[in-house]
Amino acid sequence: MCGTCGCSSDARIMVLTSSEHASVAAHDHGHGENEHSHGDSHARHVHLPDSAAAGRTIELQQKVLAKNDGLAAANRQWLRDRGILAVNLMSSPGSGKTTLLARTTSELAGKMSISVIEGDQETMLDAERIQAAGGRVVQINTGAGCHLDAGMVASALAGLDPPSGSVVMIENVGNLVCPALFDLGEAGKVVLASVTEGADKPLKYPHMFRQADLVLLNKTDLLPYVDFDVRRYSSDLRRVAPDAMLLQLSATTGDGMQAWYDWLLRRVPPRSG
Amino acid sequence: MHELAITESLVAAVRERLPGKRIVGVKLEIGALSGVVADSVRFCFDLVTEGTSLEGARLEITQPPAVCHCRSCVVDFEPAGPFAICPCGSAEVTVLAGQDLKITSVQVI
Repeated sequence: MCGTCGCSSDARIMVLTSSEHASVAAHDHGHGENEHSHGDSHARHVHLPDSAAAGRTIELQQKVLAKNDGLAAANRQWLRDRGILAVNLMSSPGSGKTTLLARTTSELAGKMSISVIEGDQETMLDAERIQAAGGRVVQINTGAGCHLDAGMVASALAGLDPPSGSVVMIENVGNLVCPALFDLGEAGKVVLASVTEGADKPLKYPHMFRQADLVLLNKTDLLPYVDFDVRRYSSDLRRVAPDAMLLQLSATTGDGMQAWYDWLLRRVPPRSG
Repeated sequence: MHELAITESLVAAVRERLPGKRIVGVKLEIGALSGVVADSVRFCFDLVTEGTSLEGARLEITQPPAVCHCRSCVVDFEPAGPFAICPCGSAEVTVLAGQDLKITSVQVI
C-alpha cells in the first residue's frame, strides 16, 4: 500500500465511455519521491537502546489525515471552479448502489450530464453496467484498499474530465466503516441503505450515518417480504443524524426515484463557460 | 481495517515533517468519536514502521473524551458510547470535541 494516503500501490484507474475501450491511467496524485519507497530493509523489529527514550520532543499538532484532507480541498476547489456537483455515495455491499446509478444515469439522460467514479477492490463489472446505461465512467480498483481516498479521486477526475454543470457520482467501496473517515472533496455525502439489510444499521454504524446529508432507503418494493420497521429505522436515524434527510425508493421499480432526482437537480450548479 | 491506512498516513506524515530524523516516540490523540480503534492502530504501528525512520518507536495514545453541546437543553455533556445523544434524549447536538485524530508530538534523537 501507498504510505501516504493508504491506497493500495496496485490501485488501477480505468476510464470507460459508451463508445470507448478501457484506457488505463497510472495512479498519480503527486506523491513525493519518498512516500512510495517502502524501504528495502526487511530487518526484524528493532528495539532502541534505553538512552533513546531521552530524545528531543518536537510538537507537531498535525491531523493524521492532513494530506488526504489537503487533496480533498484541492478536489473541492477544482470541482467548484468548473461548476460540477460531486456526490460521495456510500453503503454496504449489495445495497443497490450500481443499480441506483445505472437507473439515474439512463433516466436523467438529456436533463443532466452524469459521470461515475466506481470504487471496487477488483473487477470492471460495475463500470460496465454504468457504461451499458450510457454513462461515462472511471473504474478504480483499490486492490487491498477498503475505501477511496482524495488522491484516487483526483486521478479519476483528471481521467473523466467532466463538463461544467454536470454531476459526478463517486461510488465508494461497499463498506459502512472506512469510507466515513476519508474526505474526497465531494459537495454531499449520500448513504444508501436497503430494507434487506435490517433496520439496525444507523445504530450499528453511527460514524457513517452521522456524516450523511441524505440517506436513501432502497428496495422498498421488498418491504412486504422482509421484517423491516421503517418507522424504527427513521427514528434511529434521527438519533444518529438529526439533520440527514431520508428518502425511500426502489431503484428496481423506479418508485420514489423522482425525489432523489429533485435532490440532485436542486444542487447542480448552473452550467458556465 | 481503515486503521492500517490511518497508521500509514501517520507514519508518512511524520517522515514528511521530519525527513531523515530518527524517530523514537510518537504521541497520538484519538478522540472518542473519531471512529478509529486505538488497539488496531497499535497493532498496525509495528508493521508499518518496519524499515522506516520510526522503526522501534514508542507509540503513546491518548483518547480524550467527547464533548457535545445539546441545543435543546443548552448544556455541554460527555456522551455515553458512540452516539452524540444528550441524556435528555435529544439528538439536536453539536460535537465540540472528541473527533480529532492528531499527532501531538514526536521524540527524535
